[in-house]
Amino acid sequence: MSENEDIPVGEDGGQPHTQVGGVHRKVDAMERMRGVTRYTDDLKLPRMLHAKIKRSPHPHAKILSIDASAALAMPGVHAVITGKDLPEPYGIIPWTPDETALCVEKALHVGDGIACVAADDEDTANEALEKIVVEYEVLEPLFDPEQALEARDNPINPYSLKGNLSKKVLLEFGDVDATLEQSDLVVEADYFFEGTTHAAIEPHCALAHVEANGILTVWSATQVSHYLHRELAKVLGLPANRIRVIQPPLGGAFGGKSEPFDLEFCVAKLAVMTGRPVKLLYTREEVFYSHRGRHPMKMKYRTGFTKDGKITGVDAKTVLDGGAYSSFGLVTTYYSGQLLCAPYGFDAYRFHSKRAYTNKPACGPKRGHGSVQPRFAIECQIDKAAEVLGLDPIDMRLHNDIGADSETVNGFKVGSNGFSECLRRVRSSSVWDSKRKELPYGRGIGVAGSTYISGTNYPIYPNDMPQAAVQITLDRSGRARIFSGANDIGQGSNTMLAVIAGNELGLPLDDIRVLSADTDLCPVDLGAYSSRITLMVGNACVEAAQKLRRLVCEAVGKRWEIPRKRVTLAQGQAIDREDPERNVTLAEAFVWAESDNGLLAATGSYNTPKDRHGDYRGGTIGASPAYSFTAHVAEVEVDPMTGVVDVKTIWVAHDCGRALSRKIVEGQMEGSAYMGFAEAIMEQHVVDPGHNGVHPGPSLLDYRIPTFLDTPELEALIVESPDAQGPYGAKEAGEGPLHPSIPAIANAIYDAVGVRMDSLPFTPPRVLAGLQARAEQERTAESPPHKPDTNGARRIA
Amino acid sequence: MSGPSRSSAPDALLLRTSINGDAVQLAIEPHHTLLEVLRYQLDLIGSKQGCDKGDCGACTVQIDGKPALACLTLAAHAEGREVSTVEGLGDAHGGCHPLQDAFDRHDAAQCGFCTPGILLSAEALLRDRARPVSRQEVREALAGNLCRCTGYTKILDAVVDASEVMHGTDAPSARPTSKEEAAQ
Ligand code: FES
Ligand code: FES
Repeated sequence: MSENEDIPVGEDGGQPHTQVGGVHRKVDAMERMRGVTRYTDDLKLPRMLHAKIKRSPHPHAKILSIDASAALAMPGVHAVITGKDLPEPYGIIPWTPDETALCVEKALHVGDGIACVAADDEDTANEALEKIVVEYEVLEPLFDPEQALEARDNPINPYSLKGNLSKKVLLEFGDVDATLEQSDLVVEADYFFEGTTHAAIEPHCALAHVEANGILTVWSATQVSHYLHRELAKVLGLPANRIRVIQPPLGGAFGGKSEPFDLEFCVAKLAVMTGRPVKLLYTREEVFYSHRGRHPMKMKYRTGFTKDGKITGVDAKTVLDGGAYSSFGLVTTYYSGQLLCAPYGFDAYRFHSKRAYTNKPACGPKRGHGSVQPRFAIECQIDKAAEVLGLDPIDMRLHNDIGADSETVNGFKVGSNGFSECLRRVRSSSVWDSKRKELPYGRGIGVAGSTYISGTNYPIYPNDMPQAAVQITLDRSGRARIFSGANDIGQGSNTMLAVIAGNELGLPLDDIRVLSADTDLCPVDLGAYSSRITLMVGNACVEAAQKLRRLVCEAVGKRWEIPRKRVTLAQGQAIDREDPERNVTLAEAFVWAESDNGLLAATGSYNTPKDRHGDYRGGTIGASPAYSFTAHVAEVEVDPMTGVVDVKTIWVAHDCGRALSRKIVEGQMEGSAYMGFAEAIMEQHVVDPGHNGVHPGPSLLDYRIPTFLDTPELEALIVESPDAQGPYGAKEAGEGPLHPSIPAIANAIYDAVGVRMDSLPFTPPRVLAGLQARAEQERTAESPPHKPDTNGARRIA
Repeated sequence: MSGPSRSSAPDALLLRTSINGDAVQLAIEPHHTLLEVLRYQLDLIGSKQGCDKGDCGACTVQIDGKPALACLTLAAHAEGREVSTVEGLGDAHGGCHPLQDAFDRHDAAQCGFCTPGILLSAEALLRDRARPVSRQEVREALAGNLCRCTGYTKILDAVVDASEVMHGTDAPSARPTSKEEAAQ
């Protein structure tokens, strides 16, 4: 067959990369674009009831009594539950079980769930909520984390063991004080990172039903089906084997759906009580109050430098505002320090982080969990040092790159490292060198770098089982089925699995079916968090697919009387590598292999190497099999009269190890950079202490997120520095590329107008205040004029 | 809303409309939005609800060819008009509209929840212009559709690409590259 001339046949015994590294149509995108994909709220079961949750209007109150009799008496109301029906405390981190499905004793923030009604329809359920009478004793709310830590007589969370201290971490590596003392330059500054939220366009939704066989099935818009499965079993008091969790296609998550929420427990309990399917869809307002977004952090940083720009040591003190519950807060508190030790190497480091409970919606993991905030601080510190030392900020970062196969000061083992290459790529694409010199007053360019984990070395609950597993079966019609517990949340993990299996088995993606995130059908996976799926589930998939490839090649080799390694699988065919004219369809090859072996099925699993971290307490938290690296350059224009910052372009270079599917990787980089830009310029998830702790604008109009018109040009530059730990060398791409957006913009604003933005977000009033302060300093000759005003931009007088 | 609200038959209205070219007659509640009727009475689940108050654009449909927010439109407003939803988008193009194909090639849908609404806004733009469009035109036409996943870049690529597929690239307004635009 002449077309075989084009078929890559690969090295002896290895597969040609017919899929890996290419551009793919996602396996599940077209059905989404036709509007036939069923997301959770699109599911409808016979006799389905609708549930709504009554929520606290108080930020801090004791619940004295709840009278639901009038609600229950309404026609169309089927059941009402309160905290007493589900009193078992749970927490996504097993060491901090400090929340209940609905409040039992106290409401801890405005919007905390008090009671839940199941009714024939939503109107009736909403009306019934009005008829539930709750008697509260209002308590003093605490909104400021530092005040909360002081207020020993007013503990917020009843399950907390240490008052309003949710978690404290103090770790020191090397002699920080002596190092800073001996440094040529110490930069000292305070930073504030504002809270922000995920704002996925799909609101949270869950549906539960007890099937005829007694299995409780819960469909939920979750990114962690396995953890939800465990917590449902715990809180409902049911054995896990009587519960099935299914994650339907998901409309975005970004960390905002990575732990159980009140609605999942409520629909499950109500389905058990009523014997009917029960669905609950959050309103957009409820999504804002359920939150679990970025922690506000107050950060005090001291950073030492040599005069040639080497970082000598870092001393970081951080207060995290945790909100009412722990959520992932134990991990966040560690991440606020542990993930700072690359891409720059330094020898002395101390971080002291404290997380406080406050009467606000709980904070949790948002894309770039816990490390976006300290990254903002350190990258601004470096920029300040570069200025004092008269160094180019990119050169300075190149000079500090910790390099490949290195060890961080806190004991993490770094494998591959493409950071310097990332810096070089953004430098040339942005035309940094000339812009840095030539941009006039009002326009500027800034750089920042970062690193992120590709999954965590240890799962949330300690166990020795694999962190990821995949099962593949081959079908005699020439198709493959992949069963995986991984949650595709829009990042494309189903396609990633198909690309890997297609690469190993020579199948087109159309012939691969991925069944994911159903706890009855799929092997356990821990979920879509900490950027773990490509590396971990990808490795498991490679293993399973390679086992099957061997069986198929063996069967073909046997019939052709050639060694297995001479057979290669590509483009739907089994081919004799040395005589490509000899080939057979994969359907036929699968039939041969099934005839020889019985059903063609294989499993693969992955567990992390355990030698990637130090052995001090907490040394495992933040350790990862592989680290990604990123550099951004942002170009901005600042209007000195209004303080409006217009971000023109962000160049995003990201070392993802190996791009398994290029456009999907670019999409992750662009989406990340967008989200960081949004946090830099406009987003603020806050509650208003002056108005009893309500959210000032829990809607997508008032909580402004960037539109098509607001978003800058995003130039994704893929850098590949393959890592021995990743499948084909791949590392993460979904979270790392968010980090540098924010400090790169801050540093660009400084380049434009000479104003340091140490507090987020960079809103016009803050920028104007900075401009006024700078003008005053220039007037009194405390600072020199920032830079020449060549294009006539007017300065504040 | 996650489902139909209480039916109180005496108030029901008879709605006669056309949906994706099909004549439809059904009894609706006068206070029901078009989004509720589409999703929960007609099972046209392609129109999404992201906010139910006009902020996100996920529910965008077309009424008489113009983009409209179904969550802010009373169903009764569709009386005698033509409603188009994402389910009807590919019909005249052998099952797949050039926009859908371009979104697929560019991986412009991540979670896909914003996509139906964006496709309907974009289709109206391309029909109206009937020539290749610039990135800036797309930005302006889609400014009411929020996407939280993509950073919009791949969507811009896809819409411009689809406009070129549909209308050729040699028309005078063929797209400036992103770099040219950035330099403006
Ligand atoms: S659901 Fe209609 S605009 Fe958001
Ligand atoms: S693709 Fe997820 S919101 Fe647009």
